[in-house]
Amino acid sequence: MSDTNENESAEPETDALPEPEGASDIIDTEYEIGQDNVTPKIGPFGLDIHNPVFAISGIVVVAFVIITLAFQDVVGPALGDLRGFLTSSFDWFLIMAGNIFVLVCLGILVSPLGKVRIGGADATPDYGYAGWFAMLFAAGMGIGLMFFGVLEPAYYFATPWGDQPLMNEIGIVDGELADPAAIEAARLSAMAGTIYHWGLHPWAIYAVVALSLALFAYNKGLPLTVRSIFYPIFGERIWGWPGHVIDILAVFATLFGLATSLGLGAQQASAGIGFVFGIEGAGESVTFAVVLIAIITALALISVLRGLEGGVKRLSELNLILAMVLLAFVVLVGPTAVLFGQFFGNVGAYFSEMLALSNPVGRDDDGFRQGWTAFYWAWWISWSPFVGMFIARVSRGRTVREFITCVLLIPTIVSAIWMTAMGGTAIDQMINQVTESAVYGFVVADYVPELSLFGMLSELPFAAITSMIGIILVIVFFVTSSDSGSLVIDTITAGGKINAPVSQRVFWVIFEGLIAATLLIGGGLVALQAASVSTGLPFALVLLLACYALIKGLMSEPR
Amino acid sequence: MYRKVIFPVDLSHIDQLDKALKIATDLAHHFKAELCFVGVTGTAPSALAHTPAEYTQRLEKFAQDHGGTSGLNTSAKACVSSDPAIDTDKTLLQAIRDLGGDLVVMQTHAPSAVDYIWAGHGDTIAAHSEASVFLVR
Repeated sequence: MSDTNENESAEPETDALPEPEGASDIIDTEYEIGQDNVTPKIGPFGLDIHNPVFAISGIVVVAFVIITLAFQDVVGPALGDLRGFLTSSFDWFLIMAGNIFVLVCLGILVSPLGKVRIGGADATPDYGYAGWFAMLFAAGMGIGLMFFGVLEPAYYFATPWGDQPLMNEIGIVDGELADPAAIEAARLSAMAGTIYHWGLHPWAIYAVVALSLALFAYNKGLPLTVRSIFYPIFGERIWGWPGHVIDILAVFATLFGLATSLGLGAQQASAGIGFVFGIEGAGESVTFAVVLIAIITALALISVLRGLEGGVKRLSELNLILAMVLLAFVVLVGPTAVLFGQFFGNVGAYFSEMLALSNPVGRDDDGFRQGWTAFYWAWWISWSPFVGMFIARVSRGRTVREFITCVLLIPTIVSAIWMTAMGGTAIDQMINQVTESAVYGFVVADYVPELSLFGMLSELPFAAITSMIGIILVIVFFVTSSDSGSLVIDTITAGGKINAPVSQRVFWVIFEGLIAATLLIGGGLVALQAASVSTGLPFALVLLLACYALIKGLMSEPR
Repeated sequence: MYRKVIFPVDLSHIDQLDKALKIATDLAHHFKAELCFVGVTGTAPSALAHTPAEYTQRLEKFAQDHGGTSGLNTSAKACVSSDPAIDTDKTLLQAIRDLGGDLVVMQTHAPSAVDYIWAGHGDTIAAHSEASVFLVR
């Protein structure tokens, strides 16, 4: 490896390899990308896959599905308990790790390391700002913002279950509105808690993974796969089993994360469609949800076949525009002046409560800290190989400073705006109509979280149109996730090759849809989602190592 | 008749290009045309090259070497694509237009059932390029 044995005498070694685009520090390894790949033919279709990552990932995934279906009564509760155990016993570790990721990112942002450019000193960006931002936002949290935008702030504001942030005030007690001071305190606390979960911390997790992957692929010349990040730690051993395990874990977390979200998302979307169009029982209908999975998978297939540029990028841009339309509508038709007034207050509350919220020990808000924060952190971390890899793929040509600004700071602001608009409107409805409001009904009275957004929209004008936009957004966000996820899984299982035969991507898209449909019919979606979230804990450890590798890698780059 | 022969080349399968390359060379000699090698590479590292710049260097060397042995006027154009598995055809078509190529000679695989679903690169180029296209099986 080049950055241990060469400092001033670096020139001769780089003679053999031209620098990427301008200066960078290529790692000189004996490993040739694709050297462990096998190219079997299935019928007329040729494959180009990493041995053993492809086979083991595939077998493990299928085995997990079969075992879960066969022993549902045992496996379901066991995996649920495992997740509960991990998030309640290691909440301090997850929260602390989250803080470290934020500090590492902010440290890199302000340090001279921020001047390093991904892809070499003279590289030019592959995508313009709009397309780039649309893609990283769609991959990072698009679907989550749809689901939690109303749910989370409304929940914290009026939770009767004692899991509000920091055990602060709540705005509605036993169906009665609290006094004005308590309402305002509860509102600010709800917004701060929500923005905390959707702000700097999740994006820092993504940024660490994405930046590391991009650096080791585009600047160091290693294959675009998760194991490459750990080259500074494991050296050449990374091409053997330590690397296989990391990649397999990444595929596992990505595939199950995607498939279970797709399954659960399809149920939510069908509940939404049922609510909007007044179809009785649509939410409970398995057939309806399976049809939705089939539609989403078919759309993802088309998108995959159109490639990054014609598929994911276009859809992400479309979604960004639709999301902005919905946001603008809610802001204008909802309590406009109130929301504008609240935005800075919410951001202020986020920063002033940040220390208390991110403190890993000595707190008594177990319900919030373990049930929400630790769960979210595990969730973001388990998604990070997927989102990070995708962000890395589209970020070549940006400087590290630009990268962290656009992957950490701007998304945090956008999340804060979104939460202020959606959550602020919902809380305003709850304050004005208390138990009469639809949001109170779906979030507190009968907990039907998937309808919370539609409940909020139903009390604004043009509810049919905006709800339809909401449903389209949910579906398209799923299509982009499914598409970009397949792209990522394919790259990892092809040993970092991005030009493996397209039939492989098609395979992963369909495979993911099949798993989602199988689990939906046979049961076990929640159980396997718990399994994928549980990978967040071991991955948190892996990501802390990645921080070290990232800083070390950046320091060896010319600035 | 033809002034610029474009030869799309996959540097990782260079050993399988003999027949097509010979035809392209003969045609370029016959028309006293320039022979231009066009390759598409991904942005991510591959077995062939760690970076697009290294790929470009290799392609240029290949073109130069061929110019030396054949006595032809050769050139090289490396195109970078962020999703080469999908965008190769589109990138090649654009390069043929940009370079002003009027004859394309390219190696193509033997047709199989898959061609009903995904056309080979040669098929797509032949279907959409304004230049004459000579596909070599």
